[in-house]
Amino acid sequence: MSAVAERAAEQVSTDTEVMTYREALRLALREEMARDERVFVMGEEVGVFDGAYKVTAGLMQEFGSERVRDTPIAEEGFVGAGVGAAMLGERPVVEIMTINFLLVAMDQVINHAAKIGAMFGGEVRCPLTIRTPNGAGNQLTAQHSQSFDQWFASTPGLKVVSPATPADAKGLLKAAIRDDDPVLVIENLPIYKQRGAVPLDPDFVVPIGRAQVLRAGSDVTLVSHSYATVRALEVAERLAAQGVSAEVVDLRSLRPLDVETVAASVAKTNRAVCVEEGWPTYGVTAELAARIQHACFDDLDAPVERVGMAEVPLPYAKNLELAAMPNDERIAGAVLATLNRKR
Amino acid sequence: MSVATAPAPDVPVAGLAPEERRELYETMVLSRVFETEAERQYKAARIGGYCHLSSGQEATTVGVVHALQPDDLLVTGYRSHGFALAKGTSPEAVMAELFGREDGCAHGRGGSMHLLDVAHGYYGGWGIVAGQLPVATGLALALVRQGRPQAVLCELGDGAANMGAWHESLNLAALWKLPIVFLVVNNEYGMGTAVARASAEPELWKRASAYRMHGERVDGDDLDAVVEAADRLLRAAREQRTPAVLEAVTYRYRGHSVADAGLAYRTKDEIAEHQARDPLRRVRQQLREAGVAEAELEAIDARAQERVAAAVAFAQASAEPEIGQLAAGMHAAGSAEQFARMRPGSPFGELALTFDAGLGS
Repeated sequence: MSAVAERAAEQVSTDTEVMTYREALRLALREEMARDERVFVMGEEVGVFDGAYKVTAGLMQEFGSERVRDTPIAEEGFVGAGVGAAMLGERPVVEIMTINFLLVAMDQVINHAAKIGAMFGGEVRCPLTIRTPNGAGNQLTAQHSQSFDQWFASTPGLKVVSPATPADAKGLLKAAIRDDDPVLVIENLPIYKQRGAVPLDPDFVVPIGRAQVLRAGSDVTLVSHSYATVRALEVAERLAAQGVSAEVVDLRSLRPLDVETVAASVAKTNRAVCVEEGWPTYGVTAELAARIQHACFDDLDAPVERVGMAEVPLPYAKNLELAAMPNDERIAGAVLATLNRKR
Repeated sequence: MSVATAPAPDVPVAGLAPEERRELYETMVLSRVFETEAERQYKAARIGGYCHLSSGQEATTVGVVHALQPDDLLVTGYRSHGFALAKGTSPEAVMAELFGREDGCAHGRGGSMHLLDVAHGYYGGWGIVAGQLPVATGLALALVRQGRPQAVLCELGDGAANMGAWHESLNLAALWKLPIVFLVVNNEYGMGTAVARASAEPELWKRASAYRMHGERVDGDDLDAVVEAADRLLRAAREQRTPAVLEAVTYRYRGHSVADAGLAYRTKDEIAEHQARDPLRRVRQQLREAGVAEAELEAIDARAQERVAAAVAFAQASAEPEIGQLAAGMHAAGSAEQFARMRPGSPFGELALTFDAGLGS
């Protein structure tokens, strides 16, 4: 390659465009479908309807109805069909309209996809991607506002990623599709419309199992993923005005979990507040707290604090829903409580 | 006993040649002897876990697999030793798997319920009732996507036909015109529950019509009938992408698993009645009538005994899997790198047992 061409290539690889999280996901799908014939999309309303949340908009026109396959409302059936197709070397990307509906396909995810590698002694693999949004905040009420991230992230054999930014949405979905194991990509309804710079390089991939420090700070570490990261960043900015320097570590992957990056941050700040949108009992933050106390026992100046969804099925009334969610007030309160604790 | 709501698979099939019948008989005997030995080894505590035997069902198992092309795909539930043997997996690899040894077809990680042999097109023994149906449907979808002319045979028990996964899979297979035959092995009991006590429509093949799919029932103890029907339906699946349901009515002599005496829900007389119509005896008589000498029939029995004895010896000699390979196979190559940063703060013993024990290698 000539020096000029090399510079041009660098130019392309660093090019970014501001787009929504939703558009970043769509770009990832389009790029991977163009790159690899084995990649196909399957799910309810992904084709003719353009996707219940429009992530797959336009893909059926571009790639045809065989590669953007509308399914009946039969999650157990088509998730399992994804498992079988993956076993034969295809790269299915199965969309579940929201994570709440993944429950009726749990047998295929937990008892089948997650088991294949180990149970058959490594003789066959299952390169399946399942993508689905979780999240609350739109008055969707008890059956449609849940986050089950920890159920999947506690299952050996699965990988689970959950991007918070448009760039990571693109990079992690691409990593999931290229991975030779079943990967669950947990998206989030309220942040589909969030905008950010996204690398346009078709080979831009965010490695699975790598957290990212999104904001540097020295007083306390906020650890979170997905929408909780968006809130944590907001709270960190607000607290900066009060003289608090908060570091924000975005997990990006839940399994594998990058404890190394979390521990390095806590070793520096000596305080940790873990935030999640799910119920904290037995939750992602419970796991984080356990690992932090073990890895950072001598570094901690305060007990690890946790903020999560109030432990109730989510109510409809707007004020009740807001109160139940890990809102900015509760996150800020946890940070201040941690800082005010005397050693 | 057939209903054709879809284009009737109506491909003429030649009957079994004498040599084919002899070969199938040999596989049926191998399966029976294998199961008998598996039960003996289980009671000697060399085999553990659940162990479901198929003695009595050999005409269905061997007949259906005979109708498969070598590169057709097979998926089964957990009563699967005979299917693996018929599809070409060696008795050594199956017995070693039952013994939990490294040379087993799943390297001792799966056991009786999770046999697998990709080289022979066998995509697993699955342990959740009806869970294998969506998976098999996906294999058939992949065949279509890849433009391959093969078909999938998906075995299930009568109990699986009451699960949601059955209905979802039949609907998808018919809707997408997938090359798959769902073989319902109706052995009259789902565990200890008689079919009529579990299924509002006990003629399970009729349910295919709800999906405009061809369904039919055969005497699963009649080798010729099984081969004829399976061959016809598999051809239609391959050549016309016409999925179908084939219900084979048979009977298992042993309990649900070796831990079940099999007498709480049926009588000894009932079992004896079925044994009097034993499929092996039927085929043996057919061979006699076709002029096969008694000495040759006895030689078949002896060979089966020898092969199974050799399989036991092989399994006993095979090494146990290494503890240091506890996590082997769970994840694809390269995954260790992804998990590397999960090490700090790991629970006691986790690093040695998982991270250093084959994760991602």
